[in-house]
Amino acid sequence: MPKIKVPAPPVPDQLKPQPKRPGKEYGPQTPVEQGAEAGASAVNWIDERTSLSGAARWMMFRKVPKGTNWFYTLGSATMFAFLSQAVTGVFLAMYYTPSPTQAYDSVRHINNDVFLGEFVHGMHKWGSSVMVVLIFLHMGRTFFFGAYKYPRELNWVIGVVLLILTMTMAFTGYLLPFDQRSYWASIVGVNINGTGPIIGPYLSDFLRGGPYFGATTLSRFYAIHMLLVPGAIAALMGFHLYLVARLGTTAPPWMKPKTAEALREETVST
Amino acid sequence: MADRRETKSSYTADRGMPGAFEGETVTRRRFMTSTAHVAGGVAAAAFLLPALGFAIGPVFEHFHQPWQVVGDVGDFGPDTYVPRTINLVEGIGDSGKSTVYVRKYNPSVDTVKRDQYNNYIAISTSCMHLGCPVHYVNAAQRFICPCHGGVYDFLGKVQGGPPVRPLDRFYTRVVGTKVLIGARYSVNSELKRYSPRDPGEPLDGIGPILYPSTPDLRLH
Repeated sequence: MPKIKVPAPPVPDQLKPQPKRPGKEYGPQTPVEQGAEAGASAVNWIDERTSLSGAARWMMFRKVPKGTNWFYTLGSATMFAFLSQAVTGVFLAMYYTPSPTQAYDSVRHINNDVFLGEFVHGMHKWGSSVMVVLIFLHMGRTFFFGAYKYPRELNWVIGVVLLILTMTMAFTGYLLPFDQRSYWASIVGVNINGTGPIIGPYLSDFLRGGPYFGATTLSRFYAIHMLLVPGAIAALMGFHLYLVARLGTTAPPWMKPKTAEALREETVST
Repeated sequence: MADRRETKSSYTADRGMPGAFEGETVTRRRFMTSTAHVAGGVAAAAFLLPALGFAIGPVFEHFHQPWQVVGDVGDFGPDTYVPRTINLVEGIGDSGKSTVYVRKYNPSVDTVKRDQYNNYIAISTSCMHLGCPVHYVNAAQRFICPCHGGVYDFLGKVQGGPPVRPLDRFYTRVVGTKVLIGARYSVNSELKRYSPRDPGEPLDGIGPILYPSTPDLRLH
């Protein structure tokens, strides 16, 4: 079997192995020299034990097709919206109480008393809409650029699951402030689930944790909102990104493949 | 790759199991693999099944609705509704309370057969479209829902908008001079009683089959 020569990934000059300078064969000698290379040696220490630099190069220094444009950033934008939601959500959870009698007061405490509380709550609240808008724009980009076609169908399917999980986040998070609007919106949302035939009544009982909106409904929504779904989103997002790196991105549909001049003449002459 | 040991059993040779002993149908490697799989499955089931049961348990747990006093027999007339507040769910403060409209049975309007549970008619305020709170407008003698425009007549039957069945009712009874309210029940468009259903689930035609009552509220 002939050995296939794999082209080296395009690496910036700084990262390529450098030839040793004269007189430096034994590494940095003086403390000043050692200090100057502390960062590099720390990275080397980790890389020697994990070989992560190869994975990082594989993930980050990819070839992208000609015509790649700003529309290709919508997926990353969605991911950063999710990261923003995750970080603000963790800090909101430090002050929030998922109990029907205390939830509203704890949210009022966050908004009125906690330093920057209204700002962090606002980031989380408006950021959720930003994430939903971005995920739809990303989906539209993928659809109109034909980026769902072979061999990327599985990534489209994962994306649809991520969309459903994001909507689940928006639905379960809407109840948490526990004001009149979120209470009645959740009643309506759970009853919409109940209109599914046969399993609908059981599904709405499951969501409420009983026949009525009760003591466990809020904590149930809270657990789904902050533990179950974010974990699933993070895991699927990782796999989504792995497949993007594995399969590469598509060129925009208006980029036509350029045929070499010699080949074109050959086609004409025969 | 040929195995060093000879395959004696034609049975195992046919099945492509090199190195098996005479008559051996399951090799040791296969046995170890399947044992590890079974052990892993048992370990996973040991925490997954209880967690799942924990999450879906409330669906099958019977919900008990105690009888609650809502007033004296003299408080309610046959021609208009009086709003009363009852506790649907204990221990969660205001969000467990619900308004119920109560009146006396009116023989000139009510078509349902009179029995010991409907001497007083108690109408639920949960709209049968998607569960928003309806309110009674005395001037129009109608129940109106603020969310999507559901309208019900004096008996709670649908007159307009998206609701799929008449407003739910509660069993009532009289003890001494007090009017008591008990469990909720649902009705179809002929006001026939059914076990309580959630809003948005019709009870006419094949409705009761498409939307079965759930064990937590089923009436016996």
